[in-house]
Amino acid sequence: MNFNIYDFTDFVTSVSNWLNEILSPELAVITGMAIIGIIFLLFIALLGLSLVYIERKVCAFFQQRLGPMRVGFWGTAQTIADIIKLIFKEPLVTKNADKFLFNLAAFIVMIAPLLAIAAVPFAKGLHVLDFDIGIFYVTAVSSIGVTGILLAGWSSNNKYSLIGAMRSGAQIVSYELSVGLSLLTIIILTGSLQLSEIVNSQSDGWWIFKGNIPAVIAFIIFIIASTAESNRGPFDLAEAESEITAGFHTEYSGIKFAFFFLSEYVNLFIIAAIGTTVFFGGWMPLHLGNLTFFNNIMDFIPPLIWFFMKVAALLFLIMWFKWTFPRLRIDQMLTLEWKYLLPLNLMNLMLMSIVSLNGWHF
Amino acid sequence: MIKSIIKYFSEIFRGVKSLLTGMKITGYYFTHPKEIITQQYPENRETLKMFDRFRGEVVLIHDENNEHKCTGCSACEIACPNGTIEIISDKAIDPETGKPKKVIDKFVYHLSMCTFCNLCIIACPTDAIKMAQTFEHSVFDRTKLTKVLNKPGSKIMAGIKE
Ligand code: SF4
Ligand code: SF4
Repeated sequence: MNFNIYDFTDFVTSVSNWLNEILSPELAVITGMAIIGIIFLLFIALLGLSLVYIERKVCAFFQQRLGPMRVGFWGTAQTIADIIKLIFKEPLVTKNADKFLFNLAAFIVMIAPLLAIAAVPFAKGLHVLDFDIGIFYVTAVSSIGVTGILLAGWSSNNKYSLIGAMRSGAQIVSYELSVGLSLLTIIILTGSLQLSEIVNSQSDGWWIFKGNIPAVIAFIIFIIASTAESNRGPFDLAEAESEITAGFHTEYSGIKFAFFFLSEYVNLFIIAAIGTTVFFGGWMPLHLGNLTFFNNIMDFIPPLIWFFMKVAALLFLIMWFKWTFPRLRIDQMLTLEWKYLLPLNLMNLMLMSIVSLNGWHF
Repeated sequence: MIKSIIKYFSEIFRGVKSLLTGMKITGYYFTHPKEIITQQYPENRETLKMFDRFRGEVVLIHDENNEHKCTGCSACEIACPNGTIEIISDKAIDPETGKPKKVIDKFVYHLSMCTFCNLCIIACPTDAIKMAQTFEHSVFDRTKLTKVLNKPGSKIMAGIKE
């Protein structure tokens, strides 16, 4: 088995060859899937734990606080304690709630990010689903999550839940458009929807640098719209605590509440990962023109680290938004999308087409 | 037409500018951990300093000779909206003039009833009482919250008149 931190293709092939040797073909496929599934589950659990902690710390520092400090060194074990607490809590179900849908909703919310995360290219060769319509697939499955939110709101038999769910529905319907269009702006340049192709097209520079002004505008629109799509502040009207208790997950407790919580953070990761892949070159190292020495140093840093560094930077930006801006009202939110983001996006798409036709990008 | 287009874009720019201003402020806080105001209380008990206007409890100021400035006028008792203060006064003979004079026997303060509104401090004509910055007031027995503020054997400072 030849393990190479810069290129996982050989490693993955040798693992699958080895599986094929010791097992029948069908069993090998199933075992392979199971291994990948377990890796992703572990990854998501770790991601949730660490992101919740990081978010609390980042939020605290933005607000001149210290955040969790008591459990473990600098509060590092705080989220573990929270998870244990949530597991031991009673999973309450409201009287007159639609029990089947109520339970189903928590799983649907969790399934969407699980489907989407499979398409994320982590490093060269570390890519589970490389469809030729990768971007389309990710945007499609990540909006399944809203079905879960709508179901949760409807089945809870609670007016706050229903209002929250309806807001969330309106939000997704409008902002999905902007996310798609801003990604399309870059697709004009790459000429492919395949995520690995998109990453490869950035080996000589990231699209945010190569794509001129329209790429920067597209990135800004993408980050705004996808923050809205993930129901995060300043667009967290679906769970606006001060108005509608906790919105769609008011009636959820214990581990089912944890699912909603976890899915928010996994969604956040997926947004940052897609943003990284499309605008910041995915796992591609930073290359500057002909500075060979600099480029070699950058190449030395493994792609996995590049990927997670970029994702972390984007996550930080999104957290910065959340803890700075006040929450929008529902009409303001729709105005922002339909009167500002969408027209700007269409103009930007035109601009990008012109830039691309005339070869003004690099 | 042109005007409305200009207005549209200037609105966008103004919006973005005000958002960036907000992000600059939070970014400043994030990069300057010195600005953090959280006190890690039980750990920093020794060094913790409460801010100047913190109202912990009412105390009667005594100087090094165990003398205070309270004349027993009951102005604080009347000013208190909660009946927290009880002035139990006594009659004594003024050594200078030889006439009977009112002095305090007990300045009773029920911490459990105090809302720390500061009204008694304002009402006192001789500035005999002030707010202390202590705040660790929890006790196991409620009666411990009723305090006599004048120290045993203390007397009024010379020259303090009602
Ligand atoms: S602070 Fe207010 S409540 Fe407390 S003793 Fe003084 S007047 Fe009464
Ligand atoms: S503390 Fe002040 S207001 Fe109260 S009885 Fe004494 S002198 Fe009068």
